[in-house]
Amino acid sequence: MSIKIAVIQFPAANCDLDAIHVLNGVMGVEAQLVWHNHFKEVKYDGVVLPGGFSFGDYLRAGIIAAHSPAIDETRVMLKDGRPVIGICNGFQILTEAQFLPGALLQNESLKFVCKWINIKVENNQTAFTNKMKTGDVLDIPVAHGEGRYFTDNLKELKENNQIVFRYSSRNGEYGDNANPNGSMDNIAGVCNLDQNCIGLMPHPERASEPILSPFKTSHGKLFFESMIEFIKRRLS
Amino acid sequence: MEQIEYIIEVVLENKKAARDPVGETIKRDLLAKKGYNMVLNVRSGQYLRFYLNAANEKEASGIIEDLLNKLRIYNPVTQNFKILNISQES
Repeated sequence: MSIKIAVIQFPAANCDLDAIHVLNGVMGVEAQLVWHNHFKEVKYDGVVLPGGFSFGDYLRAGIIAAHSPAIDETRVMLKDGRPVIGICNGFQILTEAQFLPGALLQNESLKFVCKWINIKVENNQTAFTNKMKTGDVLDIPVAHGEGRYFTDNLKELKENNQIVFRYSSRNGEYGDNANPNGSMDNIAGVCNLDQNCIGLMPHPERASEPILSPFKTSHGKLFFESMIEFIKRRLS
Repeated sequence: MEQIEYIIEVVLENKKAARDPVGETIKRDLLAKKGYNMVLNVRSGQYLRFYLNAANEKEASGIIEDLLNKLRIYNPVTQNFKILNISQES
C-alpha cells in the first residue's frame, strides 16, 4: 500500500520543506510539495497545510490563501473523510476557510513568540492524535505572531469535544504562565466535527526528531504516525 | 447609466469580546503614563478605502457590503465592520 500525502505550498510558506522532510525522511511515506494552484485532491490520501506565511498575510493571516483553489480541493477531501492538518499558518488558513471553528488573533503580548512550550492532549480520537493518550503532555515549539485562539462559542466547542490540545506546563498544569499567546482557555489546537481535520499553532514537524529537541524528545512524530495509521485504517 | 466614482471608507474592529492588546497598550503604556487619564478606552482597527464605480450611492455601498461579507474581508467571528463615509471622487 502506497500512501501519498500533499504538502501545499502557498507563496511565503517556509515550513513546507520541513514537513516534506519528516514525511519522506522520518516517516517513510511519499510526500509531494504541491503549488497551491496545481493541487488536485484525487491524487492524495492526506494533506498538510504547512506553516510560514501566505500572501504576506495581508488583511489577516490566512485569509487570502483561504480563497485559493487548493481550499476547494481540500473541502472535497474533508467530505470524503481524508485527513487534513493545518500547522500554524495552515491553522489560520483552515479557520479563515471555516473548516475549523474560531479565529487566530494577534498575540496578547503583541510580540512574535518563538520557543519550546508544552501542550496537553485533550482529544485522542482525531486523525492526528490516535497514537496519543488523553492527558499526554508534548514538547513542541511555537513560532507565531498571530496565535491567540478566539471563539465566540466556547461552550459548543467543549460539548463537541473539538478542543484537541491546550497549552500547559510540562507537569500538565494549565494557567497563564503556560499560555504563550493569550489563547482563550489555553486552546492550542482544535478539530472539525468529523475529527479528520485539525489545526494547531505549534509545529509538530519541528519536533519529530530527538536531535531537534532540547529535551531529546520526538513528540511531533506522533501526529504523523497517527495520520498514517488513520489512512491505513481507511484504505484497509 | 452614468457611472460615478465613489470613495467608501470602512473600518474593521474587533468585537468587544475579543481583547484588543494594541488599544490596551496605547491606553496603559502611553496615554495613562502621559496624564491622559480622561481617556477611558482605546480600540484599534483596520481602515480600508475602496474606490469604485457605481450608478449611485446606494449601489456603491451595496457592492462594498456584498464583498465584505462574501469574501470575508472582515472575520465575523472576531470583527465587526462599519462604513464610515461615502464620498464622490472630485
